[in-house]
Amino acid sequence: MGVGIEVTNLNAWYGANHTLQDINLPIPANHATALIGPSGCGKSTFVRCLNRMHETNPIARVTGSVRIGEIDIYANASPVEIRRRVGMVFQRPNPFPTMSIYDNVCSGLKLNGYSNRKQLDEIVERSLRHAALWDEVKDDLKKKSGASLSGGQQQRMCIARALAVDPEVLLMDEPASALDPVSTSKIEDLIFQLKSQYTIVIVTHNMQQAARVAEKTGFFLNGRMVEFDSTHKIFTNPSDKRTEDYITGRFG
Amino acid sequence: MRSNKMHDRMRTVADGAATGLAVLATILVVAPLIAVFVYLIYKGASSLNVDFFTKIPKPVGESGGGMANSIVGSAVLLSIASVLGIPLGIGGGIYLAEFGRGTRLANAIRFTADVLNGVPSIVMGIAAYSLVVVPMKHFSAFAGGVALAIMMVPTVTRTTEEMLLMVPNSIREAALGLGVPNWRSVLSITLKTASPGVITGCMLAFARVAGETAPLLFTALGNQFWSVNMNREIAALPLQIYIYALSPYDDQHRLAWAGALVLIVLIVLAVSLVRYVASRGILKGAS
Repeated sequence: MGVGIEVTNLNAWYGANHTLQDINLPIPANHATALIGPSGCGKSTFVRCLNRMHETNPIARVTGSVRIGEIDIYANASPVEIRRRVGMVFQRPNPFPTMSIYDNVCSGLKLNGYSNRKQLDEIVERSLRHAALWDEVKDDLKKKSGASLSGGQQQRMCIARALAVDPEVLLMDEPASALDPVSTSKIEDLIFQLKSQYTIVIVTHNMQQAARVAEKTGFFLNGRMVEFDSTHKIFTNPSDKRTEDYITGRFG
Repeated sequence: MRSNKMHDRMRTVADGAATGLAVLATILVVAPLIAVFVYLIYKGASSLNVDFFTKIPKPVGESGGGMANSIVGSAVLLSIASVLGIPLGIGGGIYLAEFGRGTRLANAIRFTADVLNGVPSIVMGIAAYSLVVVPMKHFSAFAGGVALAIMMVPTVTRTTEEMLLMVPNSIREAALGLGVPNWRSVLSITLKTASPGVITGCMLAFARVAGETAPLLFTALGNQFWSVNMNREIAALPLQIYIYALSPYDDQHRLAWAGALVLIVLIVLAVSLVRYVASRGILKGAS
């Protein structure tokens, strides 16, 4: 089951670059929340702060608090533990090239010392079914490398890989931007189904995509969150002039 | 667009010329290798017989005998060198690429490795002599192995580093994003992804030291008799070739040629075997 996220006074830096400034945001559990905004506005940095991936860059720094469920992830929590509870899907599919499809999907479990074959088989099948990929790959799970799949299949495999560790939150950083329209619509269908069980945060450049999959939308600009409201309100009657300018295509 | 026959012809000619030059360059590169190999077969093959692989050298003046002890000795020396040098080298490469990136210590290590790579092999022999032979007060297979290991480390370290740096960052992020601890991600994901290149680096280092004579002169010393004792002087193919090539007897010259042929064939076999074994685990479509 998903949990809600409460972001309070979040600030983030890359070196001297203040990329996120005083972000406050409540993300509801078991819903999809879209983050939109022009390139470089900080939305990717923001999601990377939600699973402490931001700090893997040596020049990066974060202050503020992020509460996921009952845990404050920046106060005495281990980043490794957090990342098991908060799955991430990246902009470009990033399968492990040396692993089979099967090993890719259960890599998160295997690398954490999980080795019950029967349970792994079940989890792999369930995750692949969840990611709407099972029927396409079930015959060569262990024969084919994950890297041999098409781009859209790879991305769905990466989603299955993230789901296999049974996270509570799923972060998606422009998950469909490198994919063709057919694969994109498959991913969107998937988000629609997954949000009943997971809290989903999706970064997207594509405003139609935000409108299709998300109940809530946040608009980012120059490292600040300009507006956060129901998707319907953002796209029909935004309260901020800058949001309106962006969604009507006047800039960005 | 205007069709221009003359222009098209020029392109075809230029294309042909470029291809021709590339082929010529390839031939020039491969020719010496083939020449050396053919000459070795011509000079050495006639002295190859069962005795060569089963007998130890005969005393000076007697004809016949073989290099069985040298072949085994080389295998022992190279095993010691690989066991010491490869893990150390790979560990160093991992540190440079994954943990120490940009730190002063890493820069110092990288610089040292590059300098060490250029140090003449005889100097490595002297180093191993003063580090191992002098304290132990006698020559030994172990000292020879240490000398060869020191020579392997810089090559293995630098290729490991280069190969790890070629692994895209997105792969590291994928592992970290799944809640895999960093050390586990480095060993099971990054190093594994880079393993074909790392193995090639190890094989290069192995093949290079397999033919080294100078570092063994005053470490392993050589041995006319059977010995696989790590603590005693041991024979090695390059050493035996060196001794026979300098001798005044035709019979021993022929044995030296045969030894050189066997050395090259064994290196090729060892490298091919490792590559074959390493490639078996790779799946269809893996890049």
